[in-house]
Amino acid sequence: MPVLVGQPPPAKSASADDGALVIRKLCKEYQPGVPVLKSIDLEVPGHGVTAVIGPSGTGKSTLIRCINRLVEPTSGQILFRGTDLAALRSSRELRAARRRIGMVFQEYNLVERLTVMENLLCGRLGYVPPWRAWLRLFPEADVAHAFHLLDAVGLGDFATRRADALSGGQRQRVGIARAIMQAPEIILADEPTSSLDPKTSVEIMELLSRLGGERNIPVIVNIHNVELAKRFAQRIVGMAGGEVVYAGPPEGLSDDILRRIYGGQSWLE
Amino acid sequence: MTIADKGPRTRPFEANWLARIGWLLLALYVVYAGAQLGFSWQRFSDGLGQGGKFIARMFPPNFTRWELLMSGIVESLQIAVLSTVVGIVISLPVGLLAARNLMPAWVTWPARGFIALCRSFHPIIVAILFVKAVGFGALAGILALIIASIGFISKLFAEAIEEISLKQVEAVRATGAGFTHILIMGVQPQVLPRFIGFAAYQLDSNLRNSTMVGIVGGGGIGATLFTAYQRFDYDFVLAMLIVIVAMIMVAEIVTGWARKVFQ
Repeated sequence: MPVLVGQPPPAKSASADDGALVIRKLCKEYQPGVPVLKSIDLEVPGHGVTAVIGPSGTGKSTLIRCINRLVEPTSGQILFRGTDLAALRSSRELRAARRRIGMVFQEYNLVERLTVMENLLCGRLGYVPPWRAWLRLFPEADVAHAFHLLDAVGLGDFATRRADALSGGQRQRVGIARAIMQAPEIILADEPTSSLDPKTSVEIMELLSRLGGERNIPVIVNIHNVELAKRFAQRIVGMAGGEVVYAGPPEGLSDDILRRIYGGQSWLE
Repeated sequence: MTIADKGPRTRPFEANWLARIGWLLLALYVVYAGAQLGFSWQRFSDGLGQGGKFIARMFPPNFTRWELLMSGIVESLQIAVLSTVVGIVISLPVGLLAARNLMPAWVTWPARGFIALCRSFHPIIVAILFVKAVGFGALAGILALIIASIGFISKLFAEAIEEISLKQVEAVRATGAGFTHILIMGVQPQVLPRFIGFAAYQLDSNLRNSTMVGIVGGGGIGATLFTAYQRFDYDFVLAMLIVIVAMIMVAEIVTGWARKVFQ
């Protein structure tokens, strides 16, 4: 596998905990006085898949977007390998942090009119000056890595296809490959399977967990499907009303806890 | 309680009296303005006869002064192409600055004000200003049409940028890309085909306008056309009109082809 330029050394967290990501007292209010996230405390281990489950509108997306600051947290700390992401002020520091964090989206968010290869190379934009991106003069190692990854996600023949010519499952594979192109230290996946059919959903989750596992990249995934979460995650975080109500192994997810997360009763029977 | 128990309903469609009064006022004004201007059937039927004579004198078209004709057409073409290219080059940054989804309000307002200023006058009025400023000739026409192009395309560019999918932009931003990167890989691919379409449209529009700025001294075929009208050389007028129509049609074909390439 080609070696990527600009990949930071896997720094060890300065604190004693083994977590890749430690969230402390994270709050987010879109409108003052209406908190969406109410003091979230969470540790994400340095490997494996962590699934965040919970009803719609409970702040799962907000939580994940606070991590790479697509959404500005109102208060709290997000410690990522020893750096507080919530405290980054300059846009240069923020961009340097973002390129260490890969992201996969519910609606894939590929640049539709670019080719698959160009979409993958978007993952390298944090390392390549704009004029090179404009002339498509990406470093050879990046291009080689992109081809390698396309093979790994099963789209080896699709490099020159335009993204808008792909099916949903294929697009999400490109989305995952784009995130891995960043050589990230963590991957955030925001409902990566919600727009896909059940079979493709399983394939996508398999791919995410396999590629993350091979590269030792921890994956945080927001997911609606509890069965998928149990099947692929080593750790489940249950959220309700903007708070974490469960954090632990999938086996611990009893009906009682599911009731606490989603409320109600009849859907469990 | 069943549905029938609810009693009498209000009417399903509310009458909008304000709109009705508005339409009525508009109709009254049209009748009034027509009466003021002294139209009459007599004048119209006389005019038809005059028009018939005018058209009869146009045939056959007279191409004997083809050198004068071609030099005018070539100059018009140059005015159109130059003003379109320069206008677009200036419109790209202006349109970007005016896009409210990428720029803060304190940037978009001045940009939008500038665009509105460029749009406020008809190209002919701007051409008169430039003829006074830089003298007779093609330069005045080019400057006038540049202003017109900026006013028109910057606004369309800004609107095209405002309609892009921000999801795609968000994904590019999430990779750690800077603003320039985002413009190149996230915005430009989304707006390019529409930009090409607008640019083609503007070239078309400038071709037509470039045959007109000559009437006020801005260079191109317009001056020759106007003189020929005044000297009742209607057969020469027709020759020029035929060439102008041919030029516009060729441009239509070329721009249509360009659109297809950048689809």
